Amino acid sequence: MGKTIAEKIIQLHCAKKDIKIGDLIKAKVDFAFANDITGPLAIDVFKQIGSERVYDKNKVTFVPDHFTPNKDIKSAEQSKIIREFSQEQGLTNYFEVGKCGIEHALIPEKGLALPGQLIVGADSHTPTSGALGALAIGVGSTDLGAVLATGEIWLKVPETINFIYNGELNKWVGGKDLILYTIAQIGVDGANYKVMEFSGETIKNLSMDNRFTICNMAIEAGGKSGIIEADALTLEYLKDKTDKNFQLIKSDPDAQYVKVFEYNVSNIEPQVAFPHLPDKGKPISEVGEIRIDQSVIGSCTNGHIEDLRIAARILKNNKVDSKVRLIIIPATQQIYLDAMEEGLLKIFIEAGAVISPPTCGPCLGGHMGILAKGERAISTTNRNFVGRMGHPESEVYLSGPAVAAASAITGKISSPEEVV
Amino acid sequence: MIIKGSVWKFGDNIDTDVIIPARYLNTSDTQELAAHCMEDYDRDFVKKIKEGDIIVAGENFGCGSSREHAPIAIKAAGISCIIAKSFARIFYRNAINIGLLIFESSETFEYSQQGDILEVDTEKGIIKNLSNNKKFQISPLPEFIQNIIAAKGLVEYTKKEVERRKL
Repeated sequence: MGKTIAEKIIQLHCAKKDIKIGDLIKAKVDFAFANDITGPLAIDVFKQIGSERVYDKNKVTFVPDHFTPNKDIKSAEQSKIIREFSQEQGLTNYFEVGKCGIEHALIPEKGLALPGQLIVGADSHTPTSGALGALAIGVGSTDLGAVLATGEIWLKVPETINFIYNGELNKWVGGKDLILYTIAQIGVDGANYKVMEFSGETIKNLSMDNRFTICNMAIEAGGKSGIIEADALTLEYLKDKTDKNFQLIKSDPDAQYVKVFEYNVSNIEPQVAFPHLPDKGKPISEVGEIRIDQSVIGSCTNGHIEDLRIAARILKNNKVDSKVRLIIIPATQQIYLDAMEEGLLKIFIEAGAVISPPTCGPCLGGHMGILAKGERAISTTNRNFVGRMGHPESEVYLSGPAVAAASAITGKISSPEEVV
Repeated sequence: MIIKGSVWKFGDNIDTDVIIPARYLNTSDTQELAAHCMEDYDRDFVKKIKEGDIIVAGENFGCGSSREHAPIAIKAAGISCIIAKSFARIFYRNAINIGLLIFESSETFEYSQQGDILEVDTEKGIIKNLSNNKKFQISPLPEFIQNIIAAKGLVEYTKKEVERRKL
């Protein structure tokens, strides 16, 4: 019987032979990471376990990205813990503010996530690296602390759902729209405990940045991971990022999927997810008149260079509405630099946007754009839960960068067609 | 172990941002986290609950972020266990790992109201609603999870594993 990519990757990382769906196995971890929120707790667990050295100093990193550059004394203390631990352990990779970025954008960019790997991160958006054909799984701090100590993790061999996309994308439709549409179809627990494999002609023709966006939000349907088979485009992306060996793993033609969904993307418009769950997606044509106070373009979901290029195309020779704050956050320092060299930052500033250093910032209501009571934002981030970006009585609508940029200009949630 | 407490009932998709808002994640102090547990849902939740009380919830409890601060806040606030129709995957692992008891039971959700008194026998896998005399069976946990619980969480479990390797 055929196997899925996820099953094959787990098999390659565990001692037990002929694993089956539902088996509880111990797997070897190729790369493990945590951030300034989850890291301190994981380090505490590591110390309680009584370990002195992490399992492999080349296979662990800490990324200070959530509340950095540190927003207050307490968050500075948290960052200090991961900084000092990284130094003590002599970790090969530690990314200080200034060389840093949002973990899920930074780790692929630095060539630390590779096809066929088993990656464990103490952050729910870890599946982002699944876009490279890795099995990347989000866990909590205690799980990560145990991985730091042993290099292994307990996993249940998961079922996989296959999502097949065919057809040509409509104008202004990208990875974010496909994943919001998919989550609206299956619900916020539609893939709970399961791996979401994304395939089909549309995915094959999709850029790496769009693939990252899709895998990033697997957790928003409860998925254990999101994964896309590595192909020529993946190899092209990795070409100057790593000299390590890796394996390209594909699902067998007769692989067993627990469910298969097929979508014709020519029916999909730009999507907007209404408060307060990511599965409340609607096509832009059905949104109606919704005024906004803020627009955020950034995050691990949509802070990639391609997202910024789309925003710039729409913002060029336009002005942000006088009642709106537009906050643009390149996901990494490299993306920031690329945006500068391509002239995107000039377009943003001339349009009246503010540019933030790389940080998760407002996505989780941390800093750099918190909402007051009664305020409303359109945002390219990944969650619109109650109070996610600030006051419990504020609202977040989720979209891709095109809708977020267009809305900043009109002052209400808008299709890019209205301004370009 | 027998647990007895009043029911605090929640609906579907109770997310980790509601359980502990991110604005409080600049600390790992358990008492400080507990003080803000569920405050965007009910500002006085922590004041109203008594030590040992039980959360009963619908589908997908704990969805969203991987923050372990969520089960930590619930446990430190004094909640003895969570019974839900289903749990989000990362929350489920985190709760088990820190020794917060959680059980899946749709029947308990259907037949329990806010304020009912539940008695949970963790060994026999039986939940009794003492307010309406209904009884529910819960399916036993997988063996490896039982081992983690027997070790009082993943820390002690892994500690033994690390010591074994040193020999």
